[in-house]
This record gives sequence, C-alpha cells and structure tokens, in this order.
Amino acid sequence: MHKIEVKNITKYFGAKKAVDDITFTVEKGEILGFLGPNGAGKSTTMRMITGFIPPSDGTAVIGGSDIIEDSIAAREKIGYLPENAPVYPDMTVVGYLDFCSEIRGFSGGERKKKVEETIEKCFLTEVKYQTIGTLSKGFRQRVCFAQSIIHDPEYLILDEPTDGLDPNQKHEVRLMIRRMSAEKVIILSTHILEEMDAVCNRAIIIANGKIVSDSTPSDLRAKSPVHGAVSLTLRGTDPEKFLSFVQEINGVKTAKLIKKDTDAFKVRIFPENKDTPIADRIISGVSENKYELKSVFVEQGRLDEVFRTITTSDQ
Amino acid sequence: MKSFNNVGAIFKREIAGYFGSPVAYVFIVIFLVLLGFFTFYISRFFEVGQADLRNFFEWHPWIFLFLIPAVAMRLWSEERRMGTIELILTFPITLAEAILGKFLAAWAFIGIALFLTFPMVITVTYLGSPDIGPVFCAYLGSFLSAGAFLSVGIMTSSFTRSQVISFILSVIICLFFILAGYPPVTDVMAGWAPNWMLDLISNLGFLSHSISIERGVLDFRDLLYYFSVIFFMLFVNGIVIQNRKAS
Ligand SMILES: Nc1ncnc2c1ncn2[C@@H]1O[C@H](COP(=O)(O)OP(=O)(O)O)[C@@H](O)[C@H]1O
Ligand SMILES: [Mg+2]
Repeated sequence: MHKIEVKNITKYFGAKKAVDDITFTVEKGEILGFLGPNGAGKSTTMRMITGFIPPSDGTAVIGGSDIIEDSIAAREKIGYLPENAPVYPDMTVVGYLDFCSEIRGFSGGERKKKVEETIEKCFLTEVKYQTIGTLSKGFRQRVCFAQSIIHDPEYLILDEPTDGLDPNQKHEVRLMIRRMSAEKVIILSTHILEEMDAVCNRAIIIANGKIVSDSTPSDLRAKSPVHGAVSLTLRGTDPEKFLSFVQEINGVKTAKLIKKDTDAFKVRIFPENKDTPIADRIISGVSENKYELKSVFVEQGRLDEVFRTITTSDQ
Repeated sequence: MKSFNNVGAIFKREIAGYFGSPVAYVFIVIFLVLLGFFTFYISRFFEVGQADLRNFFEWHPWIFLFLIPAVAMRLWSEERRMGTIELILTFPITLAEAILGKFLAAWAFIGIALFLTFPMVITVTYLGSPDIGPVFCAYLGSFLSAGAFLSVGIMTSSFTRSQVISFILSVIICLFFILAGYPPVTDVMAGWAPNWMLDLISNLGFLSHSISIERGVLDFRDLLYYFSVIFFMLFVNGIVIQNRKAS
C-alpha cells in the first residue's frame, strides 16, 4: 500500500512522444533519483504522477489511490515541488504557508503550529514576514519546498529541488531530504550526478522518454570502465619500464600512462576482473622494487561517464 | 464543508492579493472618478437639468467594459506565467473550487468598489427623487452585470498567459454583450432583421436585463439570465484549463 506505482505511463505532445511507456514502483524508505539529460521527460513524468497533466496512456497509483480515478485522494497524500519552485511573489512567507496549510485542510491552532514548524525546519525564520518577491532564488526555492512538506506527506515528489541553490544550501536541502526519508516515498529529479549520489538509494535514468537504467548509484558506478582500476603516481622518469613491470603482476589486464611530469608520472592499471582487488599486489610489487610512491587511488568509477554512455548510446 | 473551506482558502488569498497591491486602490479611485465625471459632468452637460439616478447607473456598463477586464485579466494568466498554476492544480481541490474561489473574490472586490459609490447616490438622490427600493434594485442589477462581465474576463484569462491579450479579448466579448441590447444598434437592425432575431439578440445582451432590474423590476428571468451567463463562462473556463493542461 505504502508505495507509488507508475504503470505504463505515456505522454504525447502532439506527435512527439515525451514519455514513452514508463513503469516502476517506489517503496517506503526509497529515495529514487530520476536522472536524465534536459528534455528527457523527467518533469513531464512527475507532472503526470502529481496529476497536473493527464497521461496519454497509463496511470500512477499513489498509496492505493489512482491519480486519474481518485485524483483528490491521491493528491492529498502527495507533497510536490514543481520545477522552478513557483510561488506567489506578492505574499509573505508566513501568509503563503498559511494558505497552503489551509488548502491542506488544517485549521486553527494546528495550522499555526504546522506553519511555525515548517518555517523552522526550512530555515525561513529570518524572512518569515518578508514578501516572497523580494527574496533571493535560494530562499524562494526553500519556501516552495516548505510548501511541499507542510502536511508531512507520505509521498514527496521534488523536481530539481536544489536548482539555483549555492553549495551550502544544496547541502542543507539534501540533509533535510535524507532525514525525512525513512518514513516516506521520495522521488526527486536531477541532472546533477553528485546529488543523486549524495541523496538517493536508487537511480532511474531516462533518456528520450524511456527508462534506460534502474539500479543503485554504486551499481551504476560499477558500470564505469575505470571502476576498480588503480591509479598510481610515482617519482621517476621512466614510465615505460614501470608499465612493462606492472603488466606482469598477476591479475593486471593492462596499464596506461595517464600523465608525465619532469620527475613524476601517473599510470592507471586495469584489473582482469573488476571484482578482484589488485591494489595490494601492486603496492607490494612497487615497494619490493623500490619505486617511490607518491599517491595511490582505487577508482570507484565515474558517474558522469556512465551517464553519458547510457544516455547517448540509445539514440 | 470541505469544498466550502477550499473555496474559502482560494477566496481569501485572492482578496488579500487585491488589497495587498496598490493596483486595487488605483482601480477603485479610477472607478469612482470616472463614474463621478460621467454622472455629474457628461450627463448634466447633455440634459441640462437635474441629475437623476438613471444617469448614474446607465454609465456603469460602459465603465465596467474597460475596468472589469482589467481586474479579471490576471486571474489565470498570472498563475500561468508564474507557474503557480501547477501548484493550484495539484493541490487536493477541484478545478471548480479554484475557479469559484477566484471568481467570487474578484466579484467581491468589485462589490466593494460599487459600495463606495454610495455617497454619490446619496448626492444624486438628494438632488432628485429619494427612493430606496429602486436604488437597491439598481445596485443589484449593476452588481449582477459586473459578475457577468467578470465571468467573461476570467474565461479569457484562461486562454493565454498574456494579460494584454486576455484584456482585449474580454473587452471585445463584453462589448458584443453590451451592443446586443443597445438601443441605437437594435434600432438599426430593426430595419432588416426579423423580429425573432432581434428578440434573441437583445435578450442575449446585458442591457435589456439590467435596465429592467434598474427600473426596480426584479424578474426571475433576468436573474436567471445573469446566472446562466456566469455559469456558462465559468464552465468554459474550466474546460479551457482542463484542455490546456493536456496539451
Ligand atoms: N507543454 C508542452 N508542450 C509541448 N512539449 C512539451 C511540453 N512540456 C514538455 N514538452 C517536451 O517534452 C520533452 C520532455 O520535457 P521535460 O519533461 O520538461 O524534460 P526534463 O524535465 O527531463 O528536462 C521535451 O522535449 C519538451 O520540449
Ligand atoms: Mg525538467
């Protein structure tokens, strides 16, 4: 019951298929990162899940309530932060949040409490009585975010929640999302990979309206060609000799020179098998042969690389 | 009950929006100044005699023609432009509740502006014949036609994110509704149009209905007329928003 089920959801804009038969289920405790290049269909999918635009085909079921058949009941359970965080510029922060909590059915003392709590939770106390139109982008984003969590929804849908924030604010919002996640189902879209890595425990990548990958961030990283490779920086002037030496080590597939300075060079060593670590063998080999080691690093894989491969190969 | 709360929440936000901005006060001042100018200056000028309540109320539709589309033009256009329409339509309220809340707020705002003309009426009735029944009826008629104009305005504002286009469209449609019952126009048409057509057209117009109410005749059919126009326009508004979402 406590989940969002997206079933074969599809959207045509005229003849253009913006979202193409997307199906997935998100359970409680999951923070699903929705990734994809601009124009992939992330916002359109979220707009269909929240009931803003009707799907051309398929539907979404939020905690057992169908967003088309039982729209109001479904919308009651959702907190939604639309793209670009729309707010009413002529209202004060407290007035706006009061309006939102009234719409969500709170009244009297309870409403006041909800508004106060949310203002505190979203670090808005200092601008409480300020007109929203006079706030910076970062504050406006947080005001709209506050709107989405004011009724403590079980289902939270956030379209680029950290867009336009500075690094500190990004960090705060991410912490907030993580803190809330245990009791909720959260879907957030982003095109920032580090964000997905920092907050999400599941990642769906879409490109051209289709799901092209559904896994955890670490699984995703493991798809990177450099995953499991060892990068070494050594003092010395003869990389060729070192390369041929290191290629003899058991478990090493290839080694490549990455960079050469006047008195040091950097090599990357790829294993035969990504799942068997080779770092210890390489290091002992290096120290036995009296190479002077400056740094060593086991590559986790680069998300941006994986992202690029996945989203461009399927054109 | 829940529905009532939802309409109330939207209503309150809109009303607060009107009075939170200087535009509202500017609107009220312009309304009063224009009305005073037409009633006391233009009408007097032509009739060279005493001011009369009819002079005062007969100007209302013409002033509404420009001022009400100006009040209504932002109702949906602005939500669309700012993107807040995405919030409103994903809140757990029905589209009908949102439309009704907005419409009633704007109507109440115009009602307040109308109420402020009361000193003028006192002046006029002091000069002419003081009689409270017809004055009340005339206000009701004026308020109802304001509602009809407004429903046109809120509908056109759902068509576009540009307030200017919404304004122009709404003035054109309202002008049609005024002219449909305007004696100089019906007189010209009487020369060639068949009677049933004349009847139909002047019955569609605002004037034939407001005039009888303003004369103190509260006919059920006139009330029905206004509420049908308002209902129809708000209904079209709903359909437009619904379809806009889909595209
Ligand atoms: N209202 C609309 N009318 C026509 N095309 C649209 C509309 N909204 C989005 N699109 C198109 O659908 C595609 C997906 O857009 P969107 O969901 O906003 O992508 P994303 O959020 O992943 O950047 C884009 O090609 C976009 O141009
Ligand atoms: Mg988007």
